[in-house]
Amino acid sequence: MKVCDCANLLNAKILVESENFEEDLQIACGSDLMSDVMAFSSDESQIMITGLVNPQTIRTAEMLDVKVIIFVRGKVPDETMQRLAEDRGIGLMTTPLSMFTCCGLLYEAGLRGKEAAL
Amino acid sequence: MLRSAIRSRTSREGGCAIEPLVRQYEIRANDFTHAGEASSSMKKSLSRLGVKAEVIKRAAIAMYEAEINAVIHGHGGMAEVTVFPEKVVIVIEDHGPGIPDLDQAMVAGWSTAPDIAREMGFGAGMGLPNIKKNCDELKIDTKVGEGTKVTMEVRFT
Repeated sequence: MKVCDCANLLNAKILVESENFEEDLQIACGSDLMSDVMAFSSDESQIMITGLVNPQTIRTAEMLDVKVIIFVRGKVPDETMQRLAEDRGIGLMTTPLSMFTCCGLLYEAGLRGKEAAL
Repeated sequence: MLRSAIRSRTSREGGCAIEPLVRQYEIRANDFTHAGEASSSMKKSLSRLGVKAEVIKRAAIAMYEAEINAVIHGHGGMAEVTVFPEKVVIVIEDHGPGIPDLDQAMVAGWSTAPDIAREMGFGAGMGLPNIKKNCDELKIDTKVGEGTKVTMEVRFT
């Protein structure tokens, strides 16, 4: 699944474009807890789904090489966050959907989570 | 605000002079706007040196978690990153309250983080377990009332 397919599926608005948008996404992680996100790092191309809107969301994505962050419930990161994401090559989009619905649609479309052995 | 410094050390290994790259960063207490800049800088340095992406990711996660811990719990501190030909050694030292029960702190899900940290997406009790998981060597020196020094080593091969 490509990022543009993902955006269409979620009725999402793209806030920050990235060259990663042509990559095939394989893994998704949905959480508002950044340490939980980091516990599920993957070598595969991944996206993050979150309702948390602060600079540490972008930093966490940067550490994990996350390609795209999807903000749920119509949340929009501020200019500073958008510039940080752009600088780090991380795409941003926002969907009016809830976290549950967003994850459900992506799962149905073939994306999977990574079940880490803690 | 991040302050960093670069200096070199000379050591002898296999008869050849080797000068590891050393970087130092200041970590400010409760500064969630700039928290992570030291880890981001280290990640870029390793990338420029051609270190494998999966190794960089492990080092970045470990350092970022330790940096966030210094911001949240340690009243700020200093980070020092030393890049050797075969590994990176990251030391994060704070002068915070120390960890009274290190075994308990290593348990996944156990946390003493304040509300402000939780609002920023941390305080899930995964920091130290994540650090341990991503390091080849981990040493934590801590003393109540004096502070904590976390030394992390990630090998390139």
